[in-house]
Amino acid sequence: MAFNRQKVQLPSRTGTEITGGSCSSGEISGLLPDQDGTYTDSMHPDKSSESREGISRRHFLERAGVVGIAGALVGTGVLEGVGGHKAGAVTTTTSASQATGASSKPAHQWCMVIDLRYCNGCKVCTQACQTAHYLHKDQTWIDVFTMKNASGNTYYMPRPCMMCEDPPCVQVCPVKANFRTDEGLVLVNQSRCIGTRICMNACPYQARYFNWGPAKSAPRQPFPQEPEWPVPQVEGTVGKCIFCAAMLPMGKIPECVGNCPMDALYMGDLETDVAVNASGQVIKLSAFLANNDAVKFKESYGTHPRVFYILGHDQDLDNDEEAG
Amino acid sequence: MTRKQVDTMETGTSTTMTSRTLEKSIKSAYDGVDPVPPREDIREAAMRPVLETGKWWWTAVITLGVVVIAGIVAWVMQLRDGLGSAGYNNQAFWAIYEADLVAFIGVTYGGAVVSAVLRLTKARWRAPLTRIAEATALVTLPIGMMFIIPHLGESPRIWELVWPPYWNLSSPILWDFFAVSTYLLATVVFFYLPLIPDLKITLERLSAGPDNLKTRICKKLYAIVGNNWIGSIPQRRVLHGALGLISIMIIPMAVSVHSVLSFAFSSSSRAGYLETIFPVLFVVGALYSGVALVIVMAAAFRRGYRLERYITEKHFVRLGFILIALGATYLYLTFTEYLVDGYSGTIGNAAWVRQTIMGRYWIPFWFFVVGAGLLPLVILAFRRTRNVKGIATASVIILLAMWVKRLVIVIPPATEPLVKSPLNVASANWGTFHFTWIPITITLAATAAIPLLLLVVFKFFPILPVADMEEMAAETEGLEEDLSTLSVMASTGNGSSGNRKEIIHANI
Ligand code: SF4
Ligand code: SF4
Repeated sequence: MAFNRQKVQLPSRTGTEITGGSCSSGEISGLLPDQDGTYTDSMHPDKSSESREGISRRHFLERAGVVGIAGALVGTGVLEGVGGHKAGAVTTTTSASQATGASSKPAHQWCMVIDLRYCNGCKVCTQACQTAHYLHKDQTWIDVFTMKNASGNTYYMPRPCMMCEDPPCVQVCPVKANFRTDEGLVLVNQSRCIGTRICMNACPYQARYFNWGPAKSAPRQPFPQEPEWPVPQVEGTVGKCIFCAAMLPMGKIPECVGNCPMDALYMGDLETDVAVNASGQVIKLSAFLANNDAVKFKESYGTHPRVFYILGHDQDLDNDEEAG
Repeated sequence: MTRKQVDTMETGTSTTMTSRTLEKSIKSAYDGVDPVPPREDIREAAMRPVLETGKWWWTAVITLGVVVIAGIVAWVMQLRDGLGSAGYNNQAFWAIYEADLVAFIGVTYGGAVVSAVLRLTKARWRAPLTRIAEATALVTLPIGMMFIIPHLGESPRIWELVWPPYWNLSSPILWDFFAVSTYLLATVVFFYLPLIPDLKITLERLSAGPDNLKTRICKKLYAIVGNNWIGSIPQRRVLHGALGLISIMIIPMAVSVHSVLSFAFSSSSRAGYLETIFPVLFVVGALYSGVALVIVMAAAFRRGYRLERYITEKHFVRLGFILIALGATYLYLTFTEYLVDGYSGTIGNAAWVRQTIMGRYWIPFWFFVVGAGLLPLVILAFRRTRNVKGIATASVIILLAMWVKRLVIVIPPATEPLVKSPLNVASANWGTFHFTWIPITITLAATAAIPLLLLVVFKFFPILPVADMEEMAAETEGLEEDLSTLSVMASTGNGSSGNRKEIIHANI
């Protein structure tokens, strides 16, 4: 497997608590709740969504009465249609919630941590992703942008899908082809997508890529073509980073994370409060994020991304864009 | 006026010949006879397209038909090769088809304004133009809606838009879809209502002519949709009421359609799309290009069917003044948008404004400013160019420039990178839209489809609103009669009750 590699020796990270030690060959069995079940941080999804301020798009619409008006228009179709992501939040990753048992609470809340101090811009992540998902060159589901810091030096910024908690891409799809799973993954149903591309317009991170021509052909896959594993892609529909959703229930981390030679990417789980990188280092997520002043990209857009960036000296995410 | 009053009038002491015949005609109007005298000249002119099929008609239809077929071929090619063959890429994810959608649905507004607004404001001069305006709206709206098909990446799945279980009501695309469908219904009704009396007249004409396949089809059709018209006063009253109502209804409907259309852009967080001015800008832009299209179509059909006697230069000059007002407003709104966004100077806004005004989109932008802003003003300002030819030319330029403006609305903000990396903008793979023959052919085909469908529509329906014009003529004549009666009264000292104008008015 691609992420069966030698552990790269890295300088020790400030404030990193390695709780689980090294786990075997990139697997995330360490992410099960019994390993480290305590979370004291505001990172907990339920807590953070309660304490969130402001009005989300859907709530705004509900308050503005748009839903009511639209409801009057179509009658019975309403309850199903109201509020895109609520209706879309179907449990498609049932296989992924194996650890939940009888509890309705999902076992995981996936997130990603990107340590910009270590990324060297090699784009191995992009290539690994494109190889695994059989993508064209321009479909950079995880793109690596070259940035300039305040003193004019170059640094690199990988950008996967942010797996927004309030994803505008889901909100705008006319046919509910986008949805958010109960484990926090935003996915595209390519057998329903009609290709209006309004989600590409809505995503503030330009994380969506269209299939402008015939999709790259792929050999037989271990899974059928499904939102969790959209391989091969479907011509005329939108694709984007999926956090390798089909791999997660099998205890495997996404291709980009597992292949990063610099250990700059971590796959994390807010539910169990752990994250793991390519070398198998497991960190206590909340402490790591707090100690390293993690930030989210374009937080002012109200999307509540689930990708956390750790910034190096003088770096920023260019967050000063105009927001809604 | 009640029946009783009419009876009283008949037994009354009117002395002049005019009023006696008049009263007879009123009584018969209540018994189900048309009180408005027919005008042979108007009827002949209005039926001309229906009855005569010149060589040029066939030439025009075949030429335009070839262009339309070329468009369909282009669309099939696009289906085969994917949307990328139309010049799109991940940066220019929206471009020409979206601009076409806005532009073609926009021009339908011309029908609404020329017909409904002028009807409501009781501008009598509108009468000869209304049928052409309404028919233009009727044919352009479906053509505009057709652009949804090439716009979609997976157009075979278009049925999902009309499948309620799939509806996501928080999607602006669905709002568009509802708004445009409702508007289509209203446009059909708005075309049909004033047509009802004319259908009867057409039927009479056709019955007098030779009996062929076309007349038989028409007779069948009109028998279903318009055979019950007798033109009596109660019927006219109902029709006028309904027309007034739909005129009032179609204006907010058209406003909502064009503003909802803008929501697809303005409800996103993208700098350059997130503009609260967009709904207004889109509505005014639609009005502006819509009036221009009505002018072009009126000029063409007036020439083709020799309607100079009815559609006069005065009509064009008046519409031209409406154009100036709308054009100036549109230019000002655009200026406001650019000023506010450029002045605020936030990274995203400053970037797209700079790219548009002096960056890689400067040519189309300034083409718009000159073509839709300055040139029409110049043409209409001088008396020498303020004639049918000049105004029609100005309108063609406006239509072209406004289409380009829609491209300028859609493309620059879409191609503005959202991750502001310095190398991102400069990198070679950061694309913009590249015109290919496919979308251009499809756009041309849609343009050709407008006159083509109009040529066909006027083969079946009179090009002038006969009943409306006859009513106007009767009013004018009534006025003249009134004046002559007055002068008779003045010379003889005899009083006369009523005149045609007053009676028709009082009853309708
Ligand atoms: S593979 Fe790792 S180091 Fe290389 S570009 Fe991606 S995140 Fe950066
Ligand atoms: S980053 Fe973009 S594509 Fe991903 S969930 Fe957020 S809005 Fe959707």
